[in-house]
Amino acid sequence: MKLLGKLDWSAIPIHQPIPLITSLTILLLIGGLLGWVTVKRWWPYLWHEWITSVDHKRIGVMYCLLGLVMLMRGFADAIMMRTQQAVAISAPGFLPPEHFDQIFSAHGTIMIFFGAMPLLIGMMNFVIPLQLGVRDVAFPTLNSTGFWLTASGALLVNASLLIGEFSRAGWLPYPPLSELAYSPGVGVDYYLWAIQISGIGTLMTGVNLVTTILKMRAPGMDYLRMPMFCWTSLAANMLIVAAFPILTATLAMLTLDRYLGFHFFTNDAGGNMMMFVNLIWAWGHPEVYILILPAFGIFSEVFSTFSSKPLFGYRSMVAATLFICIVSFTVWLHHFFTMGAGADVNAAFGIATSIIAVGTGVKIYNWLFTMYRGRVRFATPMLWSLGFIVTFSIGGMTGVLLAVPPADFVLHNSMFLVAHFHNVIIGGVVFGLFAGLTYWFPKAFGFRLHEGWGKAAFWFSLAGFVIVFGAFYVLGLDGMTRRLQHVDVVEWEPWLLVSVAGVGVMLLGVLCQVIQLIVSIRSREVLRDESGDPWDGRSLEWSTLSPPPHFNFAVLPDVHGREAYWTTKAQAIEREALAPEPDYSPIHMPVNSATGFITAFFSTLIGFALVWHIWWLVALGFVGAYATFVVFAWRDQEDYEIGIDELRASDRERRHVRQNWLERRR
Amino acid sequence: MSAAAPSDGRRRGASEADDPYRLGRHNGGGRDETSGHGSGGPASKHIIVGYGFWIFLLSDIVLFSAFFAAYAVLAGETAGGPSGRDLFDLRNVAIETALLLTSSFTCGLASIASRRRDATWTQIWLLVTGVLGAGFVLLEMREFVVMIGMRAGPSRSAFLSSFFALVGCHGLHVSVGLLWLGTMMAQLWVKSFRPAIQRRLLCFSLFWHTLDIIWVGLFTIVYLLGAGR
Repeated sequence: MKLLGKLDWSAIPIHQPIPLITSLTILLLIGGLLGWVTVKRWWPYLWHEWITSVDHKRIGVMYCLLGLVMLMRGFADAIMMRTQQAVAISAPGFLPPEHFDQIFSAHGTIMIFFGAMPLLIGMMNFVIPLQLGVRDVAFPTLNSTGFWLTASGALLVNASLLIGEFSRAGWLPYPPLSELAYSPGVGVDYYLWAIQISGIGTLMTGVNLVTTILKMRAPGMDYLRMPMFCWTSLAANMLIVAAFPILTATLAMLTLDRYLGFHFFTNDAGGNMMMFVNLIWAWGHPEVYILILPAFGIFSEVFSTFSSKPLFGYRSMVAATLFICIVSFTVWLHHFFTMGAGADVNAAFGIATSIIAVGTGVKIYNWLFTMYRGRVRFATPMLWSLGFIVTFSIGGMTGVLLAVPPADFVLHNSMFLVAHFHNVIIGGVVFGLFAGLTYWFPKAFGFRLHEGWGKAAFWFSLAGFVIVFGAFYVLGLDGMTRRLQHVDVVEWEPWLLVSVAGVGVMLLGVLCQVIQLIVSIRSREVLRDESGDPWDGRSLEWSTLSPPPHFNFAVLPDVHGREAYWTTKAQAIEREALAPEPDYSPIHMPVNSATGFITAFFSTLIGFALVWHIWWLVALGFVGAYATFVVFAWRDQEDYEIGIDELRASDRERRHVRQNWLERRR
Repeated sequence: MSAAAPSDGRRRGASEADDPYRLGRHNGGGRDETSGHGSGGPASKHIIVGYGFWIFLLSDIVLFSAFFAAYAVLAGETAGGPSGRDLFDLRNVAIETALLLTSSFTCGLASIASRRRDATWTQIWLLVTGVLGAGFVLLEMREFVVMIGMRAGPSRSAFLSSFFALVGCHGLHVSVGLLWLGTMMAQLWVKSFRPAIQRRLLCFSLFWHTLDIIWVGLFTIVYLLGAGR
């Protein structure tokens, strides 16, 4: 038995310049960053204030940061794929097949699991307790652990760039290609362990946020008084709890096949590879709604705030959300109509798929009617939301088209399909994320993002997106299938060139976002949000300071209506005075904990060791993780007290700010 | 949790142990009073923890249902190898069932003793629970070893793959439960009853009973149906 299992120097891609140079550059960047932090002596600050923090706001920000970095990585993959296809027309191009296959697999995996999911979870983490009027989530240390496990998964995926290889079996590793017989390398193993580790983190978040929303709300916050973002997040997290275990089980079965010679999905000994496809999509379709439902919530908040009107059809919105939540479990077969389940089964799932669009249709109309006769302000979050209405409607309609089994037989696995799901994921989820980031940024950091650069980013992203995926629709209808390393049909060339030009335009959008962030940080004094309520908001997160004190609210708010903070503001305006100063009493907040970080450290070791069959390291990792758990369970102090003086000082600052606001209104 | 109560509910002096975060629980956030739904403000920590663990258990049941589904699909795929009728020893399974169900009963007795804050009897019943659980795991491991010795291991056929994965997943849960149990007993011994430990005892008994429910499904669908097939 070798000490390092399967790992040796051949794992380093010395003869492949692209991954080698990329990963060395990344290593240099990371090394430089760590060196900078060391020189500046920021480690104690980072350790105490961020890494070990159990504050839901800090964890939310870290989730978003991870998501943004991974979004860039996934976008780099996208640029490479577009460029390769544009130059590989009756030519080999610059990416050999084994590398191209890793890139499209990594692109999908990273964008869904490590880009979109962390951003959404980060936003839910940051916003939900503030909107519910409470001080933290139900399980703060578990929250930190969930984040660090997600980061651990992301680290493993990116480590595969330098050490070994990544999966070539697509973002969902369909057997038999992903079985040991056809993928003998470590790529699929990296995929499996990265997704398993981050999946556990996601499940923790799901449990945590469902419990938070159902069991921890400010006094008076009935279910039907919750902001719409809380409702859609509740639905998304219930889907996480119900669907992610299926992913865990399915990938565990594939792992058993690969590691211990089981026969779940193999060609021989009675294995059934179609079962994998069924199981993975029984998770995969709810996953689509796990992504889009929180985005729907963000749009609801944005439309209502920037139209200065309550959300139209609140109850129908709740009903539509829960309808989608349930029906999302009954449509999975539409991902493989061509598998041959038969006309009756296909028809049933086709109809269910068309019906689920009704729930979304209800929402689209509710948003339109929210704007109707409102005082609409075209700030950046509103632009993203308006762009979403248009792009998502188109994406939804192509989806209904694909839901018709005969049409799907023509379009299955074509570029039309790729265009469709990017149409709903970029036009829906990503636009929602950018709307949410711009909307809640001042709450998190105390200053707004620069509007001009934000608007430029929106227009470039929208235009680039339409160019790229408009071309994809045409290519799909012309018969081009997905995941082609090179192309032999010269008629496709113009559209492939159009799409690569579109990626260039999208790149301008990304650059605008980077510039927006830099410009905003540099001119933060000008953009400072003094009021805590920069957009004239309607829900409770705007009632506290920007950034909020770490305990969120000195006194828990009393909720007296659907739009909790709007009601309070209206009362203050009517009485021409703020509510009288409340009585303060000491509160307790959970203490910081390194448990999450250390657990994730050991999980990274376990994951890496399992990929490379380093069994002693696996055992060591498990012992370490268990020891961490015991140390955590043994701790004597769970929380610390915040005295009346600190609460009063913080609340007086907030009241002072609000008093100024009230006086300016006169 | 009447709708009128929230504002004074928050200010009524809640004791620290019951409401460490001063989240405005009614009546000091006792064990049963506030459930967190409706408009009564956040629930007590005891309820939050128990509820959260319930949600986790539901997700665990979904995990098992995926393995059950795989077993249902692959149960007939013996690839010319042995089937359930050739392999399952119902007497062994009956003893396993008896051990596990009895351990659930003693786990319940431990819960009752812990409510009385009776450390001795809590420890005794937890120990009995652990011994019965360990007996279950040993019998299951013996069954696995015997089957592998008969060249009927998980790589023999898809049926056996799904059998070992499903039953093994349950066995792994029981084993992790035993590790948890041992850790908790040590903790109870060192730190005696404190709210955090009581919450963990609650979660453990929920976990243990859930494994029982899953075993009932396993016993019926895998062993009883399989032995008759």
